[in-house]
Parts: sequence; C-alpha cells; structure tokens
Amino acid sequence: MKKRKFDYGPYLYLLPAFIIIFVFRLIPIVLSFIVSFFEWTVTGAGAFIGLENYAIMIKDHEFWQSLLNTFYLVIFVVPVSLFLSLLFAVLLNSIKALKSFFRSVYFVPTVTSLVAISIVWKIIFNQQTGLANFALEKIGLEPLGWLAESRGIFQLIFANFGIDLPSWAGGPSLALFSIIIMTIWKGLGYNTIIYLAGLQNIPISYYEAADIDGAGKIKQFFKLTWHLISPTTFYVLMMTTITTFQVFSQIYLMTGPPVGGPLGTTKVIVYFLFDKGFGESNNLSYASAIALVLFVIILSLTLLQKRLEKKVHY
Amino acid sequence: MNAGKIITYFLLILCGLVMVIPFFWMLTTSVKSQLEVNKGNVGFSPVEEYDVYREDGKEYYITVVKEVGDSSYVHLFNEEMKMIRSYAKVANQNIHHEKKFKLHWENFSNAFVKVPFGRYFLNTIFVSCSVVLGVMITGSLAAYAFATMKFKGQNFLFYLFISMMMVPQPVYLIPSYVLLNHLGWVDTYYALIIPWIANIFTIFLLRQQFKTIPRDLFDAAEIDGCGRFRILWKIVLPLSKSVISTAAIFGFIGSWNSFMWPLIMTDSPKLRVLQVGLSYFSQEASTQTSLLMAASTFSILPLVVLFLIAQKQIIASFASSGLKE
Repeated sequence: MKKRKFDYGPYLYLLPAFIIIFVFRLIPIVLSFIVSFFEWTVTGAGAFIGLENYAIMIKDHEFWQSLLNTFYLVIFVVPVSLFLSLLFAVLLNSIKALKSFFRSVYFVPTVTSLVAISIVWKIIFNQQTGLANFALEKIGLEPLGWLAESRGIFQLIFANFGIDLPSWAGGPSLALFSIIIMTIWKGLGYNTIIYLAGLQNIPISYYEAADIDGAGKIKQFFKLTWHLISPTTFYVLMMTTITTFQVFSQIYLMTGPPVGGPLGTTKVIVYFLFDKGFGESNNLSYASAIALVLFVIILSLTLLQKRLEKKVHY
Repeated sequence: MNAGKIITYFLLILCGLVMVIPFFWMLTTSVKSQLEVNKGNVGFSPVEEYDVYREDGKEYYITVVKEVGDSSYVHLFNEEMKMIRSYAKVANQNIHHEKKFKLHWENFSNAFVKVPFGRYFLNTIFVSCSVVLGVMITGSLAAYAFATMKFKGQNFLFYLFISMMMVPQPVYLIPSYVLLNHLGWVDTYYALIIPWIANIFTIFLLRQQFKTIPRDLFDAAEIDGCGRFRILWKIVLPLSKSVISTAAIFGFIGSWNSFMWPLIMTDSPKLRVLQVGLSYFSQEASTQTSLLMAASTFSILPLVVLFLIAQKQIIASFASSGLKE
C-alpha cells in the first residue's frame, strides 16, 4: 500500500477564517497587553512605562466611580430581567392561542437597533416633552428629572419621608436608573426566548405525574419547573451579567452632553475606556489597561460559570 | 376560560403593552409637529389644538404671546411652521382656536434629507451584505473542515476559536484600532468589513449542522469521484439550507445594528453607516424630537419588516445562540 501523503486539505479550508481570526482577534488581544505597557496615542508607540497605567488606575477616582456605576447597573438589571423574563416565559408556555404573537411582540426590541431605541428612550425621559413625566402628571405625581437627575434613587425615596440619606447610601442616580429601566426593557425579549426554549425542553410527562399527585400549578412551579430550569437560569444569569458589564451605546446616546450623565453618575466602565481612548486625552495606552481590567472581570465570571455549571446540571 | 387563564392573558397583554408603548409613542410623535410637542402635547393623540389667525382669506398658525385689550401680540407661522413674523399685533376677533386631526408625514422626508440618510442606508446595506457573504464563505469552509475532516491540531484550533468567541468586543476594540491604524485602514470600508468576515459563532453553528449529515453520503460521493469541494457545494450546503439562512439572518442583524465599532473606526461623513449617522443626527437635532422620532422609525423599519417576514426563523436563531455544546 502506498503511504498517504500529508493532507493539506483541511488547513486550506480553515485558512480564510483562521487568517481573519488570527489577525483581528488574537493579535489585538496580545497587542492590548503591549499597548497598556507603553505610552501610546494615535500617532504610535512612545516610551515603555511598565505598570504605570495600572498604578494610575488604582488612584483614579473616575475609574472607581465608573466601576461602581457598572456594578449598580448589573445589580439592578440582572435580577429584575431574570425574574420578568422567567415570568413571561412561564406565562407564554401555559397558553396556546396567540402564543407566537406575544412571543414576537416581546422580541421586537431585541432586533431593533440600540441606537434608535436609545434615542426614543432619551426622548421618553425628556423632562419637558417626554412620555415619562407626561404619565406621572396624568396620575397626579410630581415630574422627575430622570436622565438629568444626579441624586440617588434611595436618596430621592427617603427624601419623601423627610430623611436625608448621605450620598454614599443614595444608590444609583435616577439618571442611571433610567438607563437601567431601558436596558431591562431591551434585553427582556431575548431572555424570555431562552427561558421559553428551556421550558419546552422539560418533558410533559413530569407535569402529568405531578398532576396525578395532585400538586397545584404554583407548587409545580417551585417543586419542579424551578429546579429543572436551573441550567437555563444559570446561562441567562451569566449572559445578562456579561453583556451588562459591556453597556455602552445607551450611555453614549442617552446621557449628556456631557456624556456620562449628571456629575458622571452614568459613566460606566466601557464608556470610561472609550472616553480615555478616543476623547480629548486620546490615551490609547490607559484605555487599553482599562479594557484589560474589564477582560479580567469578565474572564473570571466566565470561569466561575464553568466551575459552577457542573454543580447546577443534574 | 377559567380565572387562571384570564389572569394569564391579562398579564401577557400588560407586559406586551410595556414592550410596545415606546414604539407606538415613537410613531405618534414622529407625525406630530414640533410646535405641538413643544407645547407639551406629548400624549398619543395626533389631534392638534392651535390658534389660527385669518384675514383676507389668508390663514396663519399663531402662538399668542400676550393679550392687550381686544387685540393680541402673536407670532405668525406659515404652513411648514416656519415663523414669518414675530410680535405682530392682530385683532382678537380674527383669532380662532381650532382642533384638527393632522399627521405630519413631512417629518419623515424632512429628516431623511436633513442629513444624507440615503447614503447611510446604502453604506449599511453594502457593509452588512459584504459581511454576511464573507461570514458564510469562511464559515462554511472552516465548519466543513472541523466537521468532516481529521487533522493534526484540530481540537486545539477548535478550542482556540471558541475561546476567542468569549472575548468581549470592548476588550479588543482599542488594540484593533491601533492595528487598523497601522494598516492604514482606519476610516475606510476595509475597517468595517474585513475584521468581521469570519464569525466564530457561525462556524460553530454550521459545524453542528454538518456533523448531522451521514458519513455514508460522503463515502458514496467519493466513490463516484466527487472531490471534497464538490461534496461541500453539491451535498453539504444544500442539505444545510435552513441553518445557513439562520446564520445569515443572525449575522445580518448583528452587522446592521453594530454601532461602537463603526463609530470608532470611521470618521468621515461619507463612510457613516446608519447607526453612526443616526447617532450624529441625534446630537445635531437634539431639540427636534419629532424629526428624531421619524428618523428612528425609518431606521428600524427594515429590520422590523425583516423580522415580521421571518419571525420564526429569527427567534429560533437567537434561541440557538443559547445552545450549549
């Protein structure tokens, strides 16, 4: 028998995709480390500065504020989005008539562009001509400052009872909270669809057995559905967290000028790195360092997911 | 129908309204005159209340500034709501308060020509179509290799690809800019298209599909003298039509809606894609809410129409992004 020659075929088929991924993914990721260790502007590389950017970052008040704002965003968006999307999905899964109609209605925000939607929500939250204040007025409430309000939501709530909360306990500003509302709204349809797919994977026989045992619908949900859906919950939790860490467009479009909201209370980490890299200072080196910190955060979340995933799978 | 069903439908409708109201309000605001919006008439009704001034068979829209005795100081506006005279003194008897149902469709054409949206649309269509075409070619070739061939380093390359997929865009944005700048591609179509013509998720999706095709089919074709590429072209791709269109739609939507990348990688107005153009327009015309709403409406329209045509497939393709190995 003739000895088979080395088969180049598979590599030729992989080559086009490989070149693109190598040049435009792998190289930039390696490059981001290098850039963060040098002085770097649009004109090119400067002196080697080692870990200086990271030292600056630790002392940078703006960095910590943007991290805190991002944290607020995640803490509010993720649980509410999970709860609502599971509720939607369970409701949708329990009906037959108009099921696909409702599913499509919930899904429209997912396919529409974040830019257009941000513009619409910015106008909704406009103090004079927005729908939000118009609705408040109709039900007899005072208009709010929404995207222009730098005071924290807890601060605003407690102020109604005459309690003056210190600003560190004020929570996210109402401006950031407006962004939170919009972000939840935008992501709800996608999460609902993922949940719905998860629910449809639960064998119907389980429910039939539960019916025979005489378990009510609510008991069925907590004793059966909630446990069987936990891998999906886990996936939705991680995905929503990771994407919420990367929120940019709605901040860029809805708050400002100056972007970043009143007193910088809507400045999130990705906007911060955008501003450092492409704003006035044009400090690509510092921006790269910030991006790497974001990368470490998201990577640890992903690794945590991988570790915990084994525990939630039955 | 029992009580449970009624509550279920009630909640579903309520949630549905929350999802739809922003769009509905966008539509109703987009056909309002700016004057009406600025007056605080920002509900859903397109009925306008305004004062007109009539004299000698001519009609002007007015806003009353101050009443003095039996006459008033008013601003006069023409049909297009352009002010033609300010602080004119007119007799009160010629001022009429009227209600009118009027839709200002001209907002759409006004917004469309105010900045070159036509150009933005063409740019977006060109970029999105090129990206989808590229993604399909590189994706099906790579997926074919991963799914049907055995070669050294196969697992390593596959996991390398998958791990690249985990890296979020903001992380490689800055160095990508540095790289593209070095290549001289910043502010060119290359920057918008080339880095995106390979998509790891598409490779992954197609690989899963190609693996389901029975090996016997390949063996039979090989015996008939079919080469690898002919097998891909004549057998594998035709059998994978639905997954391919799913991936194509997914890629198209992603490319159409991408914003941060083109915002950073392009600068000159003639290269602006729709999302970037819309974003600049929203800064330029920040006080003209009805024009902004009109622009938002026509820029989401193509995708909403695409969605209405292919709802099932689009929802399925998004759901499959949540698939696990």
